[in-house]
Amino acid sequence: MTLLAATGLTKHYQISRGFGPASVVQALTEVSFTLDAGETLAIVGESGCGKSTLARCVAGLVEATSGTLALSGEPAADLLKRDRMRFHRSIQMVFQDPYASVNPRRKVGDTVADGLRLHHIVPRAQRRAKVLELLGRVGLAAEHMARYPHELSGGQRQRVAIARALAVDPSVIVCDEPVSALDVSVQAQVMNLLADVQRERNVAYLFISHDLALVQHIAHRIAVMYLGQIVEIGSAAAFKRRLTHPYSQSLFAAAPRIGGTREALVPPLEGEMPSPIDPPSGCRFHTRCPHAVPRCAAEAPALRDVDGRLVRCHLAESITAAATEAAV
Amino acid sequence: MNPLLSIENLSVGFPSSRGLVKAVADVSFTIGPGETLALVGESGSGKSTAALALTGLLPRSARPQVTGRALFGGRDLLALGAQALRRVRGNSVGMIFQDPSTALNPVFTIGQQIAEPLQIHLGLSWARAQERAVELLTLVRVAEPERRLAQYPHNLSGGMRQRVMIAIALACKPSLLIADEPTTALDVTVQAQVLRLIADLKAAIGMSVLLITHDLGVVWETADRVIVMYAGRKVEDGPVEAILGLPQHPYTMGLLRAARKDGPDGRLAEIPGMVPSPNALPPGCAFEPRCALASVRCRDGRPPFIALGAGHSAACIRAGDGTAP
Repeated sequence: MTLLAATGLTKHYQISRGFGPASVVQALTEVSFTLDAGETLAIVGESGCGKSTLARCVAGLVEATSGTLALSGEPAADLLKRDRMRFHRSIQMVFQDPYASVNPRRKVGDTVADGLRLHHIVPRAQRRAKVLELLGRVGLAAEHMARYPHELSGGQRQRVAIARALAVDPSVIVCDEPVSALDVSVQAQVMNLLADVQRERNVAYLFISHDLALVQHIAHRIAVMYLGQIVEIGSAAAFKRRLTHPYSQSLFAAAPRIGGTREALVPPLEGEMPSPIDPPSGCRFHTRCPHAVPRCAAEAPALRDVDGRLVRCHLAESITAAATEAAV
Repeated sequence: MNPLLSIENLSVGFPSSRGLVKAVADVSFTIGPGETLALVGESGSGKSTAALALTGLLPRSARPQVTGRALFGGRDLLALGAQALRRVRGNSVGMIFQDPSTALNPVFTIGQQIAEPLQIHLGLSWARAQERAVELLTLVRVAEPERRLAQYPHNLSGGMRQRVMIAIALACKPSLLIADEPTTALDVTVQAQVLRLIADLKAAIGMSVLLITHDLGVVWETADRVIVMYAGRKVEDGPVEAILGLPQHPYTMGLLRAARKDGPDGRLAEIPGMVPSPNALPPGCAFEPRCALASVRCRDGRPPFIALGAGHSAACIRAGDGTAP
């Protein structure tokens, strides 16, 4: 069943540059998706695509300019007004940098106990036992309770952040690049911990990442974002079969792969992502797209069903056909 | 063929309250002309410390104790005085770092920062240095180079700043480029552009590259030879096809499995445990506590380097005996 539903989420930031009219950063434009209980939806994109803004909107840390977010059918805006604590109990967040997201002046045990205390999860007398249980669940020992974050490694700190999120037994955890600051060997440990926790508790993850290869392996569904919009969304199986949006293809091809050919199959993207203050007309990707035709600059494509997923491209059918042919 | 750079028994230690902490221990390697050598390892493996020691850029406040030899153009870099080393750096050795926003000086324009090495090392006039700066920016494929000269680092994107860093590093046509995690802070599509740029320039200038990275994908696409480091020591050394195709050290195998981002049932292959602290190293092989293939023999002493042919060697008692999976 649908746990979380975003419909047309849009976030604009006003910025003023001294004198003159303020300009508007279109961080997020009409983003819609659903998330089921126990499911992982990965949001993939590069810096400036709006993925972190989306994470913050969903976690209730920033207010969307327009659009709605519903939690188990209930509008999140109402819930936030009426019972803010219940909203935050349902949706927790794990951030990218465990050095910044865990308070350096508090002991690990106190950090994990905060949620239990604020949300009255267990009676005071049982709090210590519950903290121990949570630390044990994320692979830390009782001795870590009295430690300060600086005494821990990056991986251990991220485990503390996960224990803190689990303390209130949320139904959704928004994970904003939870392993990108960690060493490769430790990344796998933390990813496997998240997978185990999901299996046990049926918690849903909104998993923000820049790594398309990683999320094809760990997510159930994937959405690729470019300049504030979803450009392709579908099941991981559909993504593994083929990528249909030219940006998804470029993103995947750009990541170096061991054992692959040293010459890129898809030519590397030229230039950089345009500014979200004044996004390109028509399709926002047309300025860098190797397939662009005049129609792409004039007419903004809508998300439509192609090859078992939704894709925002006028030419999706012909690009998909070409990709299939190349694979054969 | 004579190597361009030859490192012999490089060790770097830092005095601390608990005695001398060895960040790099007894590392030897060579780089041939035109070769790209990748130094691979995780945080704390000593890979960046080794590169900084070569160029004399370790913070003096940490009172580093550097021993060994680094022969470059017939001279030992580790024995050179500050003055002589400064002539080498920026002239025959160029460097680029992970974070271009801290490596560039925020209060000087791009033009001033590119012109500086040209004036110091090549003795160019200001006007001539500015012309050369435009050529260099064109070379690293920065759009509108004339306009960029008057801009400051904060006006540029991350990828553009790294291109400027490369332009500065290449200003005097060095024979060696040391690149310390040059693309780690960049998005993948920008990373692809910067890696391609380094490869093209390497071919054009004929320089060698010492690439320091943790990303085995980047290693595969750019390196000729690879050195894997763990806890301050070299654990495996060889051509890229051998190291990433048929690794013989269990740590390299673990890194490779982790980098493939694959595994049954939505899980990933992990290396259990964590890197030991440099002042509490295990008595035998430093990787033994995390190694799935370890036996009691591994605790007996530091494993010897076993030569496996074709320039491939590994510091593991099992290397080459066929027990490796």
